[in-house]
Amino acid sequence: MLHDMKPEDIVGDFQEVTLALYGGLSRKILYTDIETPYPDGKLIVSTTDKEGVITHVNQSFIEMSGFGEEELIGAPHSILRHPDMPPAAFKDLWDTVNTGVKWQGFVKNLRKDGGYYWVKATVIPNVREGEVVGYTSVRRKPSRTKVEECIKLYPTLF
Amino acid sequence: MSYQFTVSPDFTPIHLSGWYIFNTWLQKQTDNAIHLEMYNDFQEQRDAIKNDNVDLIYANPFDAAMLVREKGFKPLVKSAGESDEAIIAVNAENHVEDVAHLEAGIRLAVTDDPDVRMMGMIMLEPGDLDESNIEVIPSDTYVIVAKHLLKNEADAGIFLAESYDELSKMIRRQLRVLVRSQISVIHHSLMIGPRLLDQREKIHDTLIQMNNDDKGRGVLESLGFEQWQTVDDEEMEFMIDLMDTLTM
Repeated sequence: MLHDMKPEDIVGDFQEVTLALYGGLSRKILYTDIETPYPDGKLIVSTTDKEGVITHVNQSFIEMSGFGEEELIGAPHSILRHPDMPPAAFKDLWDTVNTGVKWQGFVKNLRKDGGYYWVKATVIPNVREGEVVGYTSVRRKPSRTKVEECIKLYPTLF
Repeated sequence: MSYQFTVSPDFTPIHLSGWYIFNTWLQKQTDNAIHLEMYNDFQEQRDAIKNDNVDLIYANPFDAAMLVREKGFKPLVKSAGESDEAIIAVNAENHVEDVAHLEAGIRLAVTDDPDVRMMGMIMLEPGDLDESNIEVIPSDTYVIVAKHLLKNEADAGIFLAESYDELSKMIRRQLRVLVRSQISVIHHSLMIGPRLLDQREKIHDTLIQMNNDDKGRGVLESLGFEQWQTVDDEEMEFMIDLMDTLTM
């Protein structure tokens, strides 16, 4: 399940927008301009089923997203979707992994408190006995230079 | 029939005799003739695996994908509660405070330990460093990595965290850790090859019960381990997928 964001969860001044998400979902997003820096030395790891529903998260995922594990398991991965991310980036992600190939890109993720964090994300299909059974996504600390390039590029992709 | 056992060449030197003691223990417990072959480097070991000479291996996570997907190996156990972590360190007198401030062209002391090198290079990415804009200073051991830093022959070094922590206090006082990984899910594993697969359950159970008697505990101690912990097929597949994302 994916719920609209609640003002009481948000830290700081926020803006509001309604995002159309994959699978015909829509969600009211409340977002701020507060960045949480990516911690050194950590990886954020999650797995989803074939439909993009979260089945596993590690502790770094919980800490950086601000959600509890119970809120994340069973939720669509688009719970992290930030309105500044162009839909074309996610179309490219799904088009790539659906052909069985790894995808890599720089992503601005949304936190439960309305803030954001940048990651370098790699998504890989989990192939078991020849069948894709889900996807693993691993995020690491991005280069600030690459993030600055994305901050300029992404608004041009809408 | 005699089987061959081998250990990832990045084992800590003080545990060399421990692996021979473990092999003797394992032969007695499982009633198999097992020869322990220690290879000098990863390439020699990979050649042996490719030639189907290896039946049992304490494997570096970097080689797990090849062992499982190309050679039909299955996981048995790992050292309980342990994972491979990497450290980026500099000479204590170096003024750099953040790994992101290391500059292109730095001299980086590294061993040929593949998973540690990979984790270390990932931690250098925030500073826009990669294999193309660093000067690699090859080092046989982590002690040599430390020596390169102390003599200012390298600007930064990549260590296996466990090996860094085992350096003498005097050496560590002259070094400074910029970043230590906290990945938790990358680990060495004892893996079993196709010729021994029919004994997988028996060998697994023997290993899992190893810490239940004094003799077994003593052998584990000689390896620096407390006890073995099961690695099932899905945990191994998960680690292989994760390693796959990190090698891109």
